[in-house]
Amino acid sequence: MTSTTAVNDLVKSEYEHGFTTEIASDTFPPGLDETVVRAISQRKGEPEFMTAWRLKAYRHWLTMTEPNWAAIDYPKIDFQAISYFSAPKRPEDAPKSLDEIDPILLETYQKLGIPLEEQKVLAGIAVDAVFDSVSVATTFRKSLAEVGVIFCSISEAVHDYPDLIQKYLGSVVPYTDNFYAGLNAAVFSDGTFVYVPKGVRCPMELSTYFRINARNTGQFERTLIVAEAGAYVSYLEGCTAPQRDENQLHAAVVELIVLDDAEVKYSTVQNWYPGDAQGKGGIYNFVTKRGDCRGARAKISWTQVETGSAITWKYPSCLLRGEGSVGEFYSVAVTKGRQQADTGTKMIHIGKNTRSTIVSKGISAGEGQQTYRGLVRIGQRAEGARNHTQCDSLLIGDRCTANTVPYIEVRTPTANMEHEATTSKISDDQLFYCRSRGLTEEDAVSMIVNGFCKEVFNELPMEFAVEAQKLLSISLEGAVG
Amino acid sequence: MLVVNGLRATVGEKEILQGLNLTVNPGEIHAIMGPNGSGKSTLAHVLSGRDGYTVTGGSATFAGQDLLALEPEQRAHLGLFLAFQYPVELPGVNNTYFLKAALNSIRKARGEAELDAVSFLRFIKEKLKILHLDESLLKRAVNAGFSGGEKKRNEIFQMALLEPKLAILDETDSGLDIDALRVVADGVNALRSPERSMIVVTHYQRLLDYIQPDFVHVLAKGQIIRSGGKELALELETTGYGWIDAEGLAA
Ligand SMILES: Nc1ncnc2c1ncn2[C@@H]1O[C@H](COP(=O)(O)OP(=O)(O)O)[C@@H](O)[C@H]1O
Ligand SMILES: [Mg+2]
Repeated sequence: MTSTTAVNDLVKSEYEHGFTTEIASDTFPPGLDETVVRAISQRKGEPEFMTAWRLKAYRHWLTMTEPNWAAIDYPKIDFQAISYFSAPKRPEDAPKSLDEIDPILLETYQKLGIPLEEQKVLAGIAVDAVFDSVSVATTFRKSLAEVGVIFCSISEAVHDYPDLIQKYLGSVVPYTDNFYAGLNAAVFSDGTFVYVPKGVRCPMELSTYFRINARNTGQFERTLIVAEAGAYVSYLEGCTAPQRDENQLHAAVVELIVLDDAEVKYSTVQNWYPGDAQGKGGIYNFVTKRGDCRGARAKISWTQVETGSAITWKYPSCLLRGEGSVGEFYSVAVTKGRQQADTGTKMIHIGKNTRSTIVSKGISAGEGQQTYRGLVRIGQRAEGARNHTQCDSLLIGDRCTANTVPYIEVRTPTANMEHEATTSKISDDQLFYCRSRGLTEEDAVSMIVNGFCKEVFNELPMEFAVEAQKLLSISLEGAVG
Repeated sequence: MLVVNGLRATVGEKEILQGLNLTVNPGEIHAIMGPNGSGKSTLAHVLSGRDGYTVTGGSATFAGQDLLALEPEQRAHLGLFLAFQYPVELPGVNNTYFLKAALNSIRKARGEAELDAVSFLRFIKEKLKILHLDESLLKRAVNAGFSGGEKKRNEIFQMALLEPKLAILDETDSGLDIDALRVVADGVNALRSPERSMIVVTHYQRLLDYIQPDFVHVLAKGQIIRSGGKELALELETTGYGWIDAEGLAA
């Protein structure tokens, strides 16, 4: 209590005395200090509790160091060289509808065969597009509101639902969790908030298209999804970015809170700019995603298809607290060219009879480097807990690598663990076999790769699965030969 | 239909095909027999365009085109089909999906309309019936976890579906019990037509009890050293292949 008061006092006093440097431009100059953190909060007109929380996070972050255990290699990031806030220039410049989205984005989707607007209408997907750091478009909100589902930007939620935000924000991923989560808490720009009330089945798939827009601006999204008892929601996250030549840091945080008998299905298709052939200019993606099964029989399912980014550092995790709660992780990760990915999951079994399933499919081509890193921890009280892990790696060519690093900690004798791992190559025999049947080499590769990923694609919502398959084929164009 | 003239091919340093001649006319069935390692599979692979072989001499013409200049898929588009001695597994790739993609890519290359899902399914079920194969085959991944016999039957199924002009069957009979052998032979016989030719590579004469060849050739040391009618196969059964070394090359 005293420490909180002290911090508040400090915030206040600094606010009174120190906060004279008004940052007027739409994009903050590079650099990070308390003034910047306060300025972000002020720009967003946040209530004091948020400012205080950001500052606490910032001060804690200063004491933290970047994790170095991942099998990724990149030049040291200069956090003072990054600009931490960027808003659309003028409100009248902001796109009024999704039709005004950057043509490059649309082109990518057209290449994928799903014109955005058409998909939106046909699939009945509610789209909340994040442009740079400020949400500019939210649709379908009305029909969601009718059943009591809240789907809005997190900035809006901070204003409109401060109680929910105070109760849940940072409750799954505290700012003390890791270096990037700490940074995100201090400077997060925007993101999405979803709240599904008790017993409500969200009537549509919720979707957000993220995009990184302004040059040299780190993106720090924050997503919070709360499913009350008996609720269900399926959330789709897809990303694409136009080509650029500077490395861009991306450090998102996603928190899921799932109560008794509720279910959250979180699907991601990520295809950010991976960099050029030399690996220059790609996105650095340091993400903390964690779901908390707080209630009995709660269920969280993470499905991800990762094809982009120069660096991927990402471990969507489940805290299985509630008795009989279920965690699932289905992942396809592709590294090609100079891409590096260290990704996997953590399944923390705390409650009795909790179950988890991990299916990881890693595809490495070119000089891609990939590590699956997975932790399954079964605590003392997690009697009867079960885990099944399957990690398969597919290598295309002989300059790429794939590693599997499973960590298993079991503290109860009644737990049941299964772990399978395979590494295979697309063999010349397979390619020749397909070609002798009339398929081109590219079709053959895409067919074999999609076959390899089938168990994961089966978990994606239909239209997303189609998109993911095409994306995979496009991203592996020319990978063989 | 197929004219192979003085074909020479090497694997690494080793010359496997040493001036091979073979002419196959429409509707003919040719059996190629010969000891293990004589180059039967090499011939099949070179004709269908597999990597790893260097053609050092001779020619092969198929349907009026220089076969050796084409990519494997182009050869398939022209109507060449190889039933593999060791069919390859494609885990997770659904058999029906695979065959539809294959058939449609062939049809497309020929300027024919692609089959939609409904007409393809009708077509594929018809073929299953002709070959007395179970529908469960359609739901499985291509050859994944198949027994040896199932793999060979699946090759025949693919052949029936793709309706090639020239099919090369590379030891499709090896390792089959008598029932499986019948399925294969029945399939081949059902597909026999005046426009369709086949090269049946076999180690044993047993298959030829079920498939009546028009010609039998003996391949040894990279050449066709003897050719004849069906009686040659029967002769080989009694004499074996031992005489080849003793006599040296007949040609
Ligand atoms: N990829 C290869 N590398 C080295 N030698 C090979 C290869 N393929 C075939 N051979 C050799 O070529 C010869 C002919 O083999 P093959 O055509 O498979 O004979 P067959 O099918 O008549 O049994 C054998 O001596 C075999 O060892
Ligand atoms: Mg052979």
